[in-house]
Amino acid sequence: MIRRFSTYLYNHPGVLLALLLGPPLGWMLVIYLGSLAALLFQSFYYLDGFTGQVVREFSFLTYRDLFSAAHMTIVLKTVVMALSVTIGSVLIAFPLAYYSVRYAGKRLKVLLYFAVLLPLWSSYIIRVYAWKLMLAKEGIVSWFFAQLGLSGVLEWLLSMPIVGGASLSVSNFGLFLVFTYIWLPYMILPIQASLERIPHSLLDASGDLGARPLQTFRRIVLPLALPGVVAGSIFTFSLTLGDYIIPSIIGDSTPFIGMAVYSYQGTAGNLPLAAAFTVLPMVMMVFYLLGARKAGAFDAL
Amino acid sequence: MSSPPFLALLISMNPAISFEQVSRHFGTVKAVDEASFQVSDGAFFTMLGPSGSGKTTCLRMIAGFDLPTSGTIRVSGQEVTNLPPYGRDVNTVFQDYALFPHMTVAQNVEYGLMIRKVPKTERQKRVQEMLDLVHLPDVGSRKPNQLSGGQRQRIALARALINRPKILLLDEPLGALDLKLRQQMQIELKAIQQEVGITFVFVTHDQEEAMALSDQIAVFNQGKIEQIGSPHDLYEHPQTAFVANFVGTSNLISDDIAHKLTGERSTFSVRPEKMHILHEQTPIPANHYRLQGVVEDVVYLGIFTRFAVRTSEGLRLQVIDQNREAQDERRGDVVQIIWAKEALNKLAD
Repeated sequence: MIRRFSTYLYNHPGVLLALLLGPPLGWMLVIYLGSLAALLFQSFYYLDGFTGQVVREFSFLTYRDLFSAAHMTIVLKTVVMALSVTIGSVLIAFPLAYYSVRYAGKRLKVLLYFAVLLPLWSSYIIRVYAWKLMLAKEGIVSWFFAQLGLSGVLEWLLSMPIVGGASLSVSNFGLFLVFTYIWLPYMILPIQASLERIPHSLLDASGDLGARPLQTFRRIVLPLALPGVVAGSIFTFSLTLGDYIIPSIIGDSTPFIGMAVYSYQGTAGNLPLAAAFTVLPMVMMVFYLLGARKAGAFDAL
Repeated sequence: MSSPPFLALLISMNPAISFEQVSRHFGTVKAVDEASFQVSDGAFFTMLGPSGSGKTTCLRMIAGFDLPTSGTIRVSGQEVTNLPPYGRDVNTVFQDYALFPHMTVAQNVEYGLMIRKVPKTERQKRVQEMLDLVHLPDVGSRKPNQLSGGQRQRIALARALINRPKILLLDEPLGALDLKLRQQMQIELKAIQQEVGITFVFVTHDQEEAMALSDQIAVFNQGKIEQIGSPHDLYEHPQTAFVANFVGTSNLISDDIAHKLTGERSTFSVRPEKMHILHEQTPIPANHYRLQGVVEDVVYLGIFTRFAVRTSEGLRLQVIDQNREAQDERRGDVVQIIWAKEALNKLAD
């Protein structure tokens, strides 16, 4: 019976393909894309301010609400944070990934790999709370600065207008640190993968043709690693855009997009506005990817 | 004291490359062990040897990708031993071609000139010259992955030649091509070398390829150079047993048997095609050596027949006989093996 079935599949590869791809494709189309579409539709309904009921009619009222000054401040703040976190992650991740790919020996490489992955094994809420303690006024970070006699530097940083605050744990800079820490693995791994794919002979060839190491880096390594950087930045950017836990634990608790979505779909019962808030990051990502493609980020793929 | 013409002569006499007792150790492994040689200007020089014999390491040290553990390397008389690759007037064609995948063919070829900040109009002119030289004038706008293996090979050659280096290094550049394409590229490589007139240093493990292309061949074995010479020298007068069997094949005549034949106690080699098989009773011509034996194996290959003969001393000889009319020796026949005295080649101990 099984044998005949196997033979049948062998002779009809199309049926095999349909059997294998059917379920995941169904999941993709119905549940995944379907719910995205539902979300999109939701955002074109609106909340009747008088009755507090969602009106299921097509309108731009919700989007007019979204583009109000108060809401745009939330969006702007989130986007600036997401951009900073992305840039910070690239600056930290790239040298680390480069070292691990080009210079680290086999054992050190495995060790670094573990070091990158290890934090992902523990709960992220625990790690965020740990950071809250570390960044607190009496926390280890300010203690460390004090031991080095650099408390002045920390105070200067905290006295800066937008970045600072009463202590690191309630400042935007502290929030930036925690975001960057939490999402860093998602930046390191794709960059490492893309660097791994560059054959060493390309670097030799560039030097052979007269390029100094910095020129080789700019003209060969960077363009070829760009798909990895873009992939990593999709993670760090979109994860920061959508997160609502970290900004509610760390920072000055002014709302981020994620927190806005959370509160509007919950107690406020304004599902259309929550949906519209979610559509915004998606639209941004689409434009980001189109821009990246136009800049040639995927030419090396 | 020295007059200017004499000085000019001295300078022009500088070899293109000279290795003085160059060693490269990787941990305890001696990849290259005290190699010394010179390559004359404009020569097609081949480093031949099995994999792991040190030939590629030598090439990488000329290019600057690897630095010697000890010794001195000079290019055109100037010491380059510890210079980085970008400080040397040498360019390389890589085994995997190493074309930059994110650039077009023209940008690849142009790369060396762009780094050197050559003006754009001249760059374009020279790129076209190079593409013409390798007979691919129209592929400039394509990406490397849109080319066939043979085409990539040519583009790698064009990219390396555009800087007009003094020396071109080629690291088994034909290894990935099929036989027919390889033979065609051999002819073209030789033609291009004659056209540009610079020194080529070629690495290969294929002795036939080395013979077909080279003016000089250095045979590498286990990090050491066994022998350097023209293809003719190496084939007719191999100095070691390794060379005798890596460049073509040879029958080795051990010192006992050699002593009986010549009175000299030394190891000799004889090429299989210089030996002949005669029937037991046939008289042997003058100035020939003779051994007696039994035919163990006969392989008919059309253009020639290969015999394995076990001599009465226990030596197994390979004899290659041109296709002739009456070839009736069979397995088990008792025969005589003869060869001219001058075909006996003495090996260094």
